[in-house]
Amino acid sequence: MAVTTIGAGLSLWRNVRVQRFVVQAVFAAALAAFGYYLFTQARELDLGFDFLNGRAGFNISNQVWTNYDSNDLRRELYIAGVVNTVRIAGVGIALATLLGLVAGVARLSGNWLLSRLALVYVETARNIPLLVQIVFWYIAVLLQLPRLADSMTAFDMAFLSVRGLALPWVQTENGFGLWLIFLTVAAVAAVAVRQWRGKREERTGQPSYPNWVALGTFVAIALVGFAIAGGPLSPDRPEIGERGFRYDGGLFISAEFTALLLALVTYTGAFIAEIVRGSIQAVPKGQTEASAALGLNPFQRLNLVILPQALRIMIPPLTSQYLNLTKNSSLAVAIAFPELVGVSRTIMNNTGQTIPMFVIVMATYLLMSLIISLVMNTLHRRTTLVEH
Amino acid sequence: MKKNWLLIAVGLIVAVLAIAAIACGDDDDGDGNGNGDGNGIETPSDGNGTGNTHEQTLSDVLARGRLNCGVNDGVPGFGFLEADGTSSGFDVDFCRALAAAIFGDSELVDYVILTAAARFEALAGGEIDVLIRNTTWTLSRDAELNASFATTTFYDGQGMMVRVADGFDSIDDMEGTTICSLQGTTTELNLADRFEAGGLSYEGLTFEDNGPLEAAFTAEACQGWTSDQSQLAARRSAYPEADGGPESLLIFPEVFSKEPLGPVTRDDDSQWFDIVNWVVIGMITADEKGITSANLADFVADPGEVETSRLLGLPIEGTVFDSTLGIDPDFMQDVIAQVGNYGELYEKHIEPLGIPREGSLNASWLDGGLIYAPPWR
Repeated sequence: MAVTTIGAGLSLWRNVRVQRFVVQAVFAAALAAFGYYLFTQARELDLGFDFLNGRAGFNISNQVWTNYDSNDLRRELYIAGVVNTVRIAGVGIALATLLGLVAGVARLSGNWLLSRLALVYVETARNIPLLVQIVFWYIAVLLQLPRLADSMTAFDMAFLSVRGLALPWVQTENGFGLWLIFLTVAAVAAVAVRQWRGKREERTGQPSYPNWVALGTFVAIALVGFAIAGGPLSPDRPEIGERGFRYDGGLFISAEFTALLLALVTYTGAFIAEIVRGSIQAVPKGQTEASAALGLNPFQRLNLVILPQALRIMIPPLTSQYLNLTKNSSLAVAIAFPELVGVSRTIMNNTGQTIPMFVIVMATYLLMSLIISLVMNTLHRRTTLVEH
Repeated sequence: MKKNWLLIAVGLIVAVLAIAAIACGDDDDGDGNGNGDGNGIETPSDGNGTGNTHEQTLSDVLARGRLNCGVNDGVPGFGFLEADGTSSGFDVDFCRALAAAIFGDSELVDYVILTAAARFEALAGGEIDVLIRNTTWTLSRDAELNASFATTTFYDGQGMMVRVADGFDSIDDMEGTTICSLQGTTTELNLADRFEAGGLSYEGLTFEDNGPLEAAFTAEACQGWTSDQSQLAARRSAYPEADGGPESLLIFPEVFSKEPLGPVTRDDDSQWFDIVNWVVIGMITADEKGITSANLADFVADPGEVETSRLLGLPIEGTVFDSTLGIDPDFMQDVIAQVGNYGELYEKHIEPLGIPREGSLNASWLDGGLIYAPPWR
């Protein structure tokens, strides 16, 4: 009986190693060919970005930290659009998380009414397309408000109308820069104090209220600094403009922004509620029972025992919801909120530079998504259970 | 196990080949980046790909016995599909006039309803013989899309619509207002230029669709609504009575952009282009001379002027003026009798929208407008 090596007696094409090699080689070749095809296609395109330095020629509303107009450059108006996306995403993520947390916990509540209400909210909000919700909030809710000249008002301090909400705000005066320095010092001091009190509590076992003491430190330094800087803030009350077409002064939150925010928060909040519920249920029941046995009240159980463990499970799916919220904000063009897609479409319409503009839009979203992922992954690493 | 591997390998190769085939097939398509905004410039797949249309549109139409006319179905007054399935409007009547000129019967038209994005491809592909669908004459369309624009039938332009109750007399009164508009190729640019020229500030709300825009305007979230005047007029005529009806809205006479609309043909058939062009010119000439469908018989009996005789194909001292267009010399008689002259069409379709002809760009040059016919000789 002759000893043969595996596969030696087989024809070449039935040899497993040859087969694997061929499959992988074909796949790699196809991938390379496709990549080369894309590359040659891209090279034929005129991917010039000079048009971004041209005069914009159009105006956009809803500018908060920027104030560009038609005489500024296209890229500056695009930046204004990016700022709007960042603004809606930032506020939206914070509020959606809050709403999701409350609704998710309420879903598990022993209170029948509360858990049913949360169920109805979750099932309604996540089963209606977002675009429909955005248009609903805008047309059926916010556009039903009175016109600006007949604004609803609270003590002539705040106004609400079809154009949006005007709130009292503050204006910066001379010395604001000095106060900012004080605020930085206050923040650093507060962090240091918090650590010191925390260590003291750990060491002595006496309640040392690190958070409260830190807050007190911050407020005290901030107030002293405010006085030294000569009161660098003055109240800025809004009022209805002379002709009743806009508000003068104050902080203005437009109806478009509000409608988009409400829709994004209720929609994403419903998904987050389900993530919160699932994560809490994934924490072993023994943890609840053990904390109850220790005499913790229901709030303490949730806050000190369950949520910290659920957070670990929650963060990865939460990340995709945050990314979704950011990307979904591109639907805002339906209700005239000029975020980056809306602005880029106007630029595309005006210049015909569709492909370069799309490349920029994609790069912008990618960058934002990567930043969110980075932050969330860092958070995830820090909450991951470290087994000693 | 080995069989599976083989299957997977074969499958992969087939998939890769399929992708490659699709990718290569894309090569011929140009970049096809039609953005479907209604005003965008769409590139036809291949301008001269059909080849068989050269100088023979007229014989094709005659052989077919009907005219294929590309029209709109959603702009009241211009091209609108009625509830009973018929098309009506200013543009549609130019299709009918063309059929009357060619066949002597204005009913021999098949209307092809086209979207803004599909219209030039339909024309280039020979699906329609002529495109009369509120299409703006621009250089890039004329040159790039291999289209020829005949005499302008309607001088449109971007205008401003406001509520009568707000008491504005012109755009110069609108300092500090909010203006609603749709995303378009030039709408926002023209708006910004106009307000800057007047030294005025405004806030612009740019919508994607008319629905939310009209809701915002009705709720008085914006004081002004800017678009092409013909579009504004159509919107105004359909403004719900519950919100005040058309009378509660005012369109300023001022236009701040140029949007000349007219019939379009392929640019490889000059004979056909001449027919389309001169039917329109004939209707304008009849308007200048006051020849209407009602009094045509009087002019046929006693033309008076020599040019009238030439226009109506009546013999002058025994000789009939032949236009050499390739259709009957008296084709304008059929056009005027069955459809009417330019002024009649305007009165029938555009005046009801609330755009008076008097004092507008579309008045006859005799009344200070731009509607002007070259000599008929």
